[in-house]
Amino acid sequence: MDFNFTEEQSMLRDTLASFLQDKYSFDTRRASVKSASGWRADYWKAFAEELGILGAPFSEELGGLGGSAIENMIVMEECGKALVIEPYLGTVVIGGGFLKYSGHASATDLIGGIIGGEIITAFAYAEPQGRYNLADLKTTAKKDGSGYVLNGHKAVVLGAPWATHLVVTARTGGSQREASGVSVFLVDKASAGIVTRDYPTVDGQRASEVYFENVSIPADALIGVEGAGLPLIEKVVDEAIAAICAEGVGAMRKMHENTLEYARQRKQFGTAIANFQVLQHRMVDMFINVEQSLSMTYMATLKLDESAHDRAKAVSAAKVQIGRSCKFVGQAAIQIHGGMGMTDELAVGHYFKRATMIEGQFGSVDHHLRRYEHLSIDSAA
Amino acid sequence: MNLDFSPEDLAFRDEVRAFIAAHYPDSLRGKQDEGEELAKEDFLAWHRVLAAKGWVNPAWPTSEGGPGWTSTQRYIWGEECAAADTIGIMPFGINMVGPVIYTFGTPEQKQRFLPDTLNGDIWWCQGYSEPGAGSDLASLKTKAERFTDPADGKEYYLVNGQKTWTTMAQYADWIFCLVRTDPNAKIQEGISFLLINMKTPGITVRPIITLGGEHEVNEVWLENVKVPVENRIYDENKGWTCAKFLLAHERSGIAGVARSKRGIERIRQMATTELGDDGQTLLQDPAFKRKVAELEIDLTALEYTELRTLAAESAGKGPGPESSVLKIKGTEVQQRVTELALEAAGHYGAPYFRGFPTDGDNMRPIGPDYAHRTAPSYFNVRKTSIYGGSNEIQRNIIAKMVLGL
Repeated sequence: MDFNFTEEQSMLRDTLASFLQDKYSFDTRRASVKSASGWRADYWKAFAEELGILGAPFSEELGGLGGSAIENMIVMEECGKALVIEPYLGTVVIGGGFLKYSGHASATDLIGGIIGGEIITAFAYAEPQGRYNLADLKTTAKKDGSGYVLNGHKAVVLGAPWATHLVVTARTGGSQREASGVSVFLVDKASAGIVTRDYPTVDGQRASEVYFENVSIPADALIGVEGAGLPLIEKVVDEAIAAICAEGVGAMRKMHENTLEYARQRKQFGTAIANFQVLQHRMVDMFINVEQSLSMTYMATLKLDESAHDRAKAVSAAKVQIGRSCKFVGQAAIQIHGGMGMTDELAVGHYFKRATMIEGQFGSVDHHLRRYEHLSIDSAA
Repeated sequence: MNLDFSPEDLAFRDEVRAFIAAHYPDSLRGKQDEGEELAKEDFLAWHRVLAAKGWVNPAWPTSEGGPGWTSTQRYIWGEECAAADTIGIMPFGINMVGPVIYTFGTPEQKQRFLPDTLNGDIWWCQGYSEPGAGSDLASLKTKAERFTDPADGKEYYLVNGQKTWTTMAQYADWIFCLVRTDPNAKIQEGISFLLINMKTPGITVRPIITLGGEHEVNEVWLENVKVPVENRIYDENKGWTCAKFLLAHERSGIAGVARSKRGIERIRQMATTELGDDGQTLLQDPAFKRKVAELEIDLTALEYTELRTLAAESAGKGPGPESSVLKIKGTEVQQRVTELALEAAGHYGAPYFRGFPTDGDNMRPIGPDYAHRTAPSYFNVRKTSIYGGSNEIQRNIIAKMVLGL
């Protein structure tokens, strides 16, 4: 049993934290959010070249730093603390995750492109009707000569406006919610027939509605096995969930810190409001929530390579904890900040908005409770 | 004891329902339901229709021009307005300063302000909170010093200070302010209640943008603002009496039962369109259904507590500290309604539409319309457990005033 980080892992955290400390102030982020492009392409380049973090979770054979999911956890926690917009999750965790496990002939080259910052991916999986069911797909990929033709509509594809490629889930067979017949494709976003409508999101990111209208893609766009993609999707999505749990922990940690600081300096009734017991207990409960969330994030991250059953159970348990804690910590942070917490001017509200989106991302508390019940109770009976 | 409406009440319900159907301005239809942001003229359009009918001020006594409705009739009115999705009436004049003026004002003050307040010619805002005086309102620092202007020989106050969280001050014609007139008195005893014309030189309004991107609240800076002494309501240094009276009134309207009912109705509609993970409607999802049921039950408890309070009021008891119960539970329910709506919206809770074309463009839609404002509403409604005396303060009031602790 060991919860310590290696020297390399600590260095990764320090390097990223100090970059973000210097270059990613709240005001800088606000300016990025309001800019036309909505992000800092130069920061992405710095992540690739100056910091080298885009290779953090890849093996050395793939050109990476030889890390794993723990590296993703470290990076995402720091991203959560600074409310980083740039698409580490969509590109490194998800795009890189699919490629890493795909056995694709060009996987090494494509991962090289991710590590170098040239390939940026966005995950086009959700559909307007499907809620959090990864198999609920109306998007189709029909065989056409040696390649495929894509048709369908993907909802709220985070980071799509900045992406060079889309990771698309589609049906090559089976019925709408069937486990079999699901395939994954890596699609060049410049392909003819892709129509996007881009927009900002409430937590300062950018997303698109993506329509595929008879989009011809080559045979080697297929990632993994045709018609048997769901287990791979579940694995990568579980890794993504562990990563956003870490991001949530980072955001919650900052909300708690900001709240303590505010309560210590804000005076009412002749004393700092931190002296009121009703608020002290609330801040203690926030602390407990952050610590429990961190524990669950460690647990889930360390179980990502176990059997699909154990991995899924661990990840859903963590997501339930993080979803509930994001709500509790976020609401308490705003309440204790009073009117100031309601303003766009203070960072705390922006953490709250991101935390709120993490609650629902890749499945609400209800969704993951149900998944956990199924894995832990139904399957044991 | 019974829960039935009398035949008179039922007739009243039909009358107000028919009136709303016939007279609610077409320009406003659907705006409340869609959660669209409203302009000053939108608020005034409905206000003026009701003022002409004599219904804009349901809670005012007939002696002050109120319609003389019973508490049951006021309840029915609230229900019918919510069911028809009418926009709200701005509370600052009708529910706040109006009752202060007719309770504490001179005949001249009542004549000067009440008719214009009723017909919508004065838009009021509330100058209570200050950067250093939120929950601890009585620690306010804005000072008003009395002087005689040699130019006209009249007495004025010279007002200096800063107010904050001033809702809709950007539209306001007048502000009612708590100011310190005696810096040496005990903190609650040196305060006066002043009415200040927003066009007076020295007043600056600066917007505060809130979490959902809205501009609802403002900072109001007062620098050497000259206010005639006759604009003071009630005695000098007795403003805290007016303030407490007003806060109790503010709390009694704050439960928002009818609006929350309508909110739950909207969630039920959303959840019959939205699908769950299994392709059934979300309303058939046992976990979601359970949450809707719990919320409805909590709202029912709140509703009957409010009805009991209204009945006690109409039996001659003014709103007392029990109204803090309505504030606490009312705001908690409002917040949960927005939480559940955001949850129902699923992925489409994420897109942000402010400053973004949504209607009338020929671009492809971004999710269903009902999802558009679920996240901003959720963020915005966090304010309700903070404003009007935070819910922590309300619990202190109950502990002290009701339980005697």
